[in-house]
Amino acid sequence: MSAFRHTLMGRLLADPLAVFAMAIIALLVVSALLADVIAPHDPSAMNLADRFASPSATYWMGTDNLGRDTFSRLLQGGRIALYVALTAVSIAGLIGLILGMLAGFGPRWLDNALLFFFDTLRAYPTIILALALAALMPRGLGTVIIVVVITSFAEYGRVVRTQTLSLKNAEFILAERAMGASFARIVFHHILPNVLGPFFILAAMNLPVVITIEAGMSFLGIGVPPGTPSWGATLKDGFDYIRTTPWILLSGGLPLILATLGFTFLGEALRDQLDPRLRKTR
Amino acid sequence: MLRYTFQRIVLALAIVFFAISALYTVMITLPGDPTTVLLGPRATAEIRADFRERMGLDNPIHVQIAHFWGRILSGDMGTDFNRNRPVADSVFSALPHTVALVFGAIFWSASLGILLGAFSADNRGSWLDRISGVLSVAFIAAPSFVVALYSLLVFSVWLRWFPTIGAGEPGDIMSRLYHLALPSFAIGLAWVGYVARIVRASMLEALGENYIRTARAFGLPRRTVIYNYALRVAILPAVQVLGVGIGGMLSSAVFAEIVFSRPGLGSLIYDSVSGRNYPVVMGAMLVAIGFFVTCALIADLINAALDPRHRSQR
Amino acid sequence: MSEALKVEDLSVHYDTREGALQALRDVSITVPEGGIVGVVGESGCGKSTLINALLQLLPENATIPAGRITLQGEDVTRAGTRRLRQMRGQEISVVFQDPMTSLNPVLSIGRQMRDIQYRQQGSRAAKDSRSAAMLGRVGIPDPVGKLAAYPHELSGGMRQRVAIAMAALMRPRVLIADEPTTALDATLEVQIIELLKELQQEIGCAILFISHHLGVIAELCDRVVVMYAGVAVEEGPVADVFLRPGHPYTIKLIECDPGKLKEKVTDLPSIPGSLPDLTDPPAGCIFRPRCDRATEICATPPPRKGLNGAHWAACHHAKVDKA
Repeated sequence: MSAFRHTLMGRLLADPLAVFAMAIIALLVVSALLADVIAPHDPSAMNLADRFASPSATYWMGTDNLGRDTFSRLLQGGRIALYVALTAVSIAGLIGLILGMLAGFGPRWLDNALLFFFDTLRAYPTIILALALAALMPRGLGTVIIVVVITSFAEYGRVVRTQTLSLKNAEFILAERAMGASFARIVFHHILPNVLGPFFILAAMNLPVVITIEAGMSFLGIGVPPGTPSWGATLKDGFDYIRTTPWILLSGGLPLILATLGFTFLGEALRDQLDPRLRKTR
Repeated sequence: MLRYTFQRIVLALAIVFFAISALYTVMITLPGDPTTVLLGPRATAEIRADFRERMGLDNPIHVQIAHFWGRILSGDMGTDFNRNRPVADSVFSALPHTVALVFGAIFWSASLGILLGAFSADNRGSWLDRISGVLSVAFIAAPSFVVALYSLLVFSVWLRWFPTIGAGEPGDIMSRLYHLALPSFAIGLAWVGYVARIVRASMLEALGENYIRTARAFGLPRRTVIYNYALRVAILPAVQVLGVGIGGMLSSAVFAEIVFSRPGLGSLIYDSVSGRNYPVVMGAMLVAIGFFVTCALIADLINAALDPRHRSQR
Repeated sequence: MSEALKVEDLSVHYDTREGALQALRDVSITVPEGGIVGVVGESGCGKSTLINALLQLLPENATIPAGRITLQGEDVTRAGTRRLRQMRGQEISVVFQDPMTSLNPVLSIGRQMRDIQYRQQGSRAAKDSRSAAMLGRVGIPDPVGKLAAYPHELSGGMRQRVAIAMAALMRPRVLIADEPTTALDATLEVQIIELLKELQQEIGCAILFISHHLGVIAELCDRVVVMYAGVAVEEGPVADVFLRPGHPYTIKLIECDPGKLKEKVTDLPSIPGSLPDLTDPPAGCIFRPRCDRATEICATPPPRKGLNGAHWAACHHAKVDKA
């Protein structure tokens, strides 16, 4: 296992795009973890004397309509983005993993029912469903996570199901079963390790999507509570003052683009290394 | 083909039915008092009581869902109490704008994506191919609403090449297209990446097939072989991807409509959510999901019709 | 007698990570006008490289370090792209092995046949009627209706007839048949062989027939070239080569032909050993590692021993025919 990880890391380091992606992600993670230490200002402190300040030595990316330091707010925004992405992807992945294995192992009617369930969930356009649910639920990160989980776990379920089905009747598993291996042994020793490769690739590819959804929902005002320094909220401020202070918009989009690029390129590189067969569009 | 078409249509109808029913159930159970959802916050207590009686809101949930579909099928989607008119009017006056936006996006992504993908496959391994590969991934990764915001800032606010708001003069096609160009590009950019990648991949696969060797062995011109024989096969998966992608484009359309202040389903839902105008939210959701499922179905059927090989696959 | 197709000392190498893979070495084949020459050998003997070289459709990593290919006196290895495209389909054409995959699945048969005639003057209707006439000639029922059909709508035998019709459409001078009957069952095989013979008579073309099936070669060809691991090891009139083989490989090949088996056996006979590594071929005779007659002398390049008239074998131990 360690040899495998070593070679995987080695191969990733040989790919300039993967190195670029990992550098960006490392930068994001470090700046999110150390946001309080790095931030030159309190991200929520209003300084009405310095409203709409242009970028300067004091305010690297200027200030917004309430005189809050954009750079400090973006650092905090990274925290929110990573928190939502990791939580939502973990929950959606876990649900998808369980349902996918159930569909793969279960009787035919259950498989068909779950497939239909997955197809039905995929019929909801994410942001439109988010808007509809936002009308019913309180504003907050919990709602964001629930929306993401609802709209994304079906995809994990489908991938895990396909993978399980193709493994279930593989010869080495039939042999194990013939020798009387328990169901749990087959699942944990054989199916799970083989399912995890495509599963993690999908999860890596999903991180930037989730980050975008969080920012999008916050931009629409149905994400983070008012005043929270999410990237989407900063973009909304920038949009409101697009003609007067374009730097808020410009700098607000920057970390979001960097984050999605970084995670997407890393996901691509991982996929190329782990499973060249999985080369599909998404 | 007929049997296949029938199967797909039934499945699509079932999906719409369950998706909407589930949403309706959540809508009338979650906020506590369903009359708020269905009548809006401004309704008085008497109106609520009367409505509760008339709609049978004390019935079990499945009966209520049956009633809901009964009303929908008879053409009654409720009342838009902000504008004092039927929900159907609000929704169907917004729909064409969104449809135009989505098809504009498909136009961008299909034309640029196929061009980029075919070109990459034709020049496989060259530095242009590599650049186009990195660009495709970057297009896919870039959040569409940031693309919309940045293109609004650069092309409309700074350069003033395109209008900042609205959908153009009614009846004036050129004005409509002019207003459509930038927002549909913002939505389509990600799909340029998707289409380019899938066309490149399936084109390379097709170029390795025996029938391409046959075509070359018969001396057909290189152009014919690549852009007619190989591309024709390679486009098929792109059609499917765009069909399924319409769901994503509808989400992006919400942002594009808000950023460019355009009318449409997205901005209608957005406004209705802020105004707690639940019947409109419900109606717009129904139409949005129906539109998406229909498009995915059509893409599926087009694919089956274009590919004479496996019409009954999947 | 003039030659329709002449291959002289042709070598083809592929650049690979392990070095140059010598797919063909000093192969010479002559197909006279109107003649039918067979090439026989197992998979891996260089048959597809030979076909690709003849059509100049070798992959990008292939090089031709030595040799000439002349089609009716013209060296195709020196021909420009434009001239090559002119030759393909018009002067030299090919029936490929697998009719399932060698026809484009998303274009109708009529469209594919019309495309082949793209250089011809004339209306679409004229081209279509020419296609239909050829389809009828190769024994396809309702040829006009079949123009609108897609390949997957036809049976395997019908598809192969379509492929033959496409190859014969422009009345080429040389027709290459690449295992055209391998994918078919025995009755269809006989029909296709008969069809090829008839067409050859009508068009007057030469045929280079490539197969691993000895019976078909014996049935159809005048001469045969036996190939092993990219080298021509024996050549001669069909009857001489098959009845009095001179090269140990040919002898093994004939022994292992399932068609020759008289009794039921559980395992099909096969030649022991495997193909040599062509990036580093053995010195001397290429068959030496698998040959049970090999002696020290076989480590030196074997001469082409004339056996009887035009029959020769590249083996130190080959004996001159007494007959």
